[in-house]
Amino acid sequence: MAVLDPVILFFVLGVAAGLMRSELRLPAPVYEFLSMVLLLAIGLKGGAELGRQSLPALLPQVAAVAAMGAIMPLLAFPVLHVVGRLKRADAAAIAAHYGSVSVGTFAVATAYLTYRDIGFEAYMPVFVVILEIPAIIVGVALARGIAMETRWKRMAHEVLLGKSIVLLVGGLLIGWAVGAEGLQPIGFLFFDLFKGVLALFLLEMGLIAAGQLGSLRHHGPFLVAFGLGMPLVGAALGLGLAAAFQMSLGGTVLMATLAASASYIAVPAAFRLIVPEANPALSLTASLGVTFPFNILAGIPFYHHLAARLEGGL
Amino acid sequence: MPRQVRKLVTIIAEAALEGMLLEDVEALGAHGYTVTEARGKGSRGVRAGSWEASSNIRVEIVCDDRTADAIIHHVEERYYRNFAMILFISDVDVLRPEKF
Repeated sequence: MAVLDPVILFFVLGVAAGLMRSELRLPAPVYEFLSMVLLLAIGLKGGAELGRQSLPALLPQVAAVAAMGAIMPLLAFPVLHVVGRLKRADAAAIAAHYGSVSVGTFAVATAYLTYRDIGFEAYMPVFVVILEIPAIIVGVALARGIAMETRWKRMAHEVLLGKSIVLLVGGLLIGWAVGAEGLQPIGFLFFDLFKGVLALFLLEMGLIAAGQLGSLRHHGPFLVAFGLGMPLVGAALGLGLAAAFQMSLGGTVLMATLAASASYIAVPAAFRLIVPEANPALSLTASLGVTFPFNILAGIPFYHHLAARLEGGL
Repeated sequence: MPRQVRKLVTIIAEAALEGMLLEDVEALGAHGYTVTEARGKGSRGVRAGSWEASSNIRVEIVCDDRTADAIIHHVEERYYRNFAMILFISDVDVLRPEKF
């Protein structure tokens, strides 16, 4: 078995091409299509599994995961605001990005586990959905305070009807409704081609990440340190939660990865409209320029190592 | 056919604003608009258009003077400070003035 998953090399290619200012660029509709397929595939897979689960038994885990999503921005905010001396809105926006999740990172982690024949709880995509939302609400409250004239209606619309939530929840419901057998006719696109789609998606993510690296020079070492440190704090929380619920090795790696990852779809879109005074360049530089590459290249194998140690120690 | 002069208001802005901006433009009395995808460079850096956060739109509205003034005023007040956007106005000749 090759040491490196081939999809990772596509990401490296994208970063390299971006840094060398290659002409390569994926048309925006192609990127949108790829991310749609990934979101739906993840939702469908999780939904098919949900049909076999007793839903009430999952509730405590769902509640704990939602609480983790709400707590992480509260941990990150003082560090960003006080230590990093970022403006309130900027600190709140970055904190929300890190409380939420990156579906791309999750997809890479599932591919990583599948590549190594490590099983995991197939209902994990439910947690992806659960983790998207609380951090946005906490982040907006941190930016504005709760009493203020935030347009909660606009916010509910942005948060609940954003592209990623609609596709993930839609996929979950369709998968849940028809079950694994019922999904077979569309399995070729969503499951057989998953890795190819992920490879192309990561090529584009590499190009985008390389574009963010340029702005790192302006935003200094603090963002780099935060972008590397916060995933480790998140991963520790995720490992703890997975241990508390006695999840499998694969499930533990995924939980750590989810907690370590930072959003780049739902949170930026919501914050741009609800807290427009927050500078999106700061949060995207940290999330896409630092944390995404870190998790893809080093984080996931590291969380795997930690999860294996944890399991061995029990 | 007699020609008449109307205003062409062109707004180039972050794609994230599309929903809100179009709602506002209609509420302010425009009878229609045209939206195209755009990319470029300005005071807020390169907007490469390769994914959501770096996409721009170009909104064109042909309308009478009063609607144009209302749109300009509203956009300036509400969006200029926090969003990457520009707006410019030109005179255009139209053949069916009742449409605008």
